[in-house]
Amino acid sequence: MIYEGKQKIWSDYQKDIPDDHYFYVRSCIRQSFFPASEQVFLDITRNRLKKDFFETEHHTTCGGIAYHSDAIPQETAMTIIARQFALMNKYGYENYVCSCITSFGLYTETLETWREFPELEAKIKEKLWESCKLEFAKPKYLAHASDIIYKFRNQIAQQAKFKLINKKTGEPLRVVEHIGCHYAKMFPSKGFGGAEYPYVLAGMIEAWGGEVIDYPERRHCCGFGFRQYLVQSNRGYSLSNTHKKFESMEPFKPDMIITNCPGCPYFLDRWQYVISEMEGKTYGQDGHGIPVFTYEEVAGLVLGYDPWDLGLQVHQVSVEPLLDKMGIPYDPAKKYQGVNGKDLGRPELPSCPGL
Amino acid sequence: MATFGYSLTPSSRIDLCKFNQEKWNRLVELESDVLKCMACGSCTASCTAGKFTRTSLRSAILYIQNGQEKQALELVQSCLLCGKCFMVCPRAINTRNLLLSINKIYSVK
Amino acid sequence: MNNNVIVIGGGPCGLEASAQLHKMGYNVILIEKDDHLGGHLAKWDRLFPEGIPAKELLDQLTGNINGVKYFLKTEVKSINLLDKEYNVILSNGITILAQAVLMASGFDLFPAQKKEEYGYGIYDHVITNADLENYFKTGKDCRIKQNPQRIGFVHCVGSRDEKAGNRYCSKVCCATAVKQACEVKEAFPDAQVYCFYMDLRMFGRGYEDLYLKAQRDCGVRFIRGRVSEVAEDLNKQLVVKAEDTLSGKPIKVTLDLLVLMSGMTNCSAGTRIAEMLSLKRDEDGFFTCKDTIFSLQESDKSGVFYAGACTGPKTLPDTLHEARAAALAINNYIKNKE
Repeated sequence: MIYEGKQKIWSDYQKDIPDDHYFYVRSCIRQSFFPASEQVFLDITRNRLKKDFFETEHHTTCGGIAYHSDAIPQETAMTIIARQFALMNKYGYENYVCSCITSFGLYTETLETWREFPELEAKIKEKLWESCKLEFAKPKYLAHASDIIYKFRNQIAQQAKFKLINKKTGEPLRVVEHIGCHYAKMFPSKGFGGAEYPYVLAGMIEAWGGEVIDYPERRHCCGFGFRQYLVQSNRGYSLSNTHKKFESMEPFKPDMIITNCPGCPYFLDRWQYVISEMEGKTYGQDGHGIPVFTYEEVAGLVLGYDPWDLGLQVHQVSVEPLLDKMGIPYDPAKKYQGVNGKDLGRPELPSCPGL
Repeated sequence: MATFGYSLTPSSRIDLCKFNQEKWNRLVELESDVLKCMACGSCTASCTAGKFTRTSLRSAILYIQNGQEKQALELVQSCLLCGKCFMVCPRAINTRNLLLSINKIYSVK
Repeated sequence: MNNNVIVIGGGPCGLEASAQLHKMGYNVILIEKDDHLGGHLAKWDRLFPEGIPAKELLDQLTGNINGVKYFLKTEVKSINLLDKEYNVILSNGITILAQAVLMASGFDLFPAQKKEEYGYGIYDHVITNADLENYFKTGKDCRIKQNPQRIGFVHCVGSRDEKAGNRYCSKVCCATAVKQACEVKEAFPDAQVYCFYMDLRMFGRGYEDLYLKAQRDCGVRFIRGRVSEVAEDLNKQLVVKAEDTLSGKPIKVTLDLLVLMSGMTNCSAGTRIAEMLSLKRDEDGFFTCKDTIFSLQESDKSGVFYAGACTGPKTLPDTLHEARAAALAINNYIKNKE
């Protein structure tokens, strides 16, 4: 691997991210998959980085899941999106930041489609007025929330309490970065580092002390694939894709996986359990799985948040081995306690206790 | 073990690294014409047996080169040895000897 | 009236045209931007189809230009038409009035790093056709291991590829790939060699024999399918993915060396000069000839002529024919002027 070659490509794919004042929209599934990630993102950006992030309860789903599983037509999805943009405009913002990769892909696709086909934009403008009586507007900047953390990665590193370093050996942790397909594969110029060698997560890993692993199936989709997962009989395709990735990354002995998509961390995490049940195989050290994180969770760990406040107890693959490696203290007794010590209940133990 | 109602799908991708060079060398020794095929498909198009069964010499050569020996063998075993493919082959491959040689080397377990 | 003719580009095309024009009695001034004559030919090792050394041809071409004035490391600073003559100012300060200008500016190799998915400049063992020629010439390239076991060639890198901006076929890469495939097999007899092609365009005399030689004598495996992406595994070997379109299956192979057949694009230095003269270019970026069959050597501007790869990818014999044809066309033009 020639590192300078990658740096050259990374420098070719840079984009402007405004410095402050963002309109933030949540994902419809992340709050149940990774319940603290978005809250931590807002806490980091507002309270640690002192940035203005505004959100409104009137924001809805972007329609992405319905659109990608052929349940709604494109014009409907575009009108939903036009409504979100109109809300941003109504509250006086022009920098739109979304938490979800599916949304980011769909917003990008929509803006590019409007650019290519102005008559479609005019039609959606009309439909927006008909249905919502809202004034049509487009964001000046569109960013994914991981772009924001990428932009401020060095500031986060300056405030870091822990690094992506194995405390016992002093060696950098070996980190797999997995980028959501719709971040840059559709529009390479819209992602930091492009589509072939994305830098958005690699940049965070480097800034926080870790070592990025470049394994042969790095570009491969996690396998979510909407229709593949949503229909139970197709789920084997989804699983097989994840399996292929794990088989490919295994020889590199990763310590952890970082992702920037709602679906990827969920599937890379949960499918490890399913594979271990089906094949009796685990991919981490000592019979454990490889812990999978969202970038917000990792930023939170680096900044010293309590692991249980980051919602890491709802992961399928246990995170404790990684916390031990990083030297992060945690209270095992509090793992299944919620706010004010409320008992969250305990998960049924899977038949493969190593996970 | 839990059951999920779905399963892992085995990969259908060809891995060229699984190609058996040693057997191939023996085939080349018996009939070096195998190297000359340019996959034009004349043999398959004119094949008498091919009208009724899946017979294709050019595909068999390809399958062997892709390490799929069993499938290759299935494509030549219904050959009637009529010799039509030899007549049409633009590279003048000795198809009869090639078919028999494939059968000889790749039928062996 | 002077009898000056300016030839732009000191590659095989410019050399041959200069020699012919000089023999006809013209005062030829040859301009070359590099510090040596010969263009890409000077960097090449052997030539298809027979594999004759590039140096033999280069020596012959340079041996024929005795009496031709040439300037190395020199660029055209400005060029414009004054009455019926071209006024050319060179970067070395010299100004020349000439009856005719011949664009023999040739081609640039497609920059292979633009096909990001192939990892040129990123993975340790990915090289281009030009790098391999350099290796044959010098015996040195740290990207080529001691005894590579599996070697792949990717045809059409930056050619027949609208995403790369080049829809056209670069014409010479198929024959070059097959030639180089035979040569690496000779250099590394234990290696298995693969060519990933979309169509094999072996159109010239002796080219089909070269293809047969690659198959029969070198055991080169031809796989009909474009390489889709390349990655590196733990051993720094290359994992290459493609489809074997003849069997309709995705295919994977682990290689020790991958050679990218970079195609041709119009030379950027040549196009810069052409812009000063407002010369037309086709959609493919190459210069527009006066017509496409009868007057290939003439441009849309009176007194400006073309030869070689500046009007599209060409083999060396094609290029040399055009150089001679251009000399004749220039001679006819100047004689008519008188």
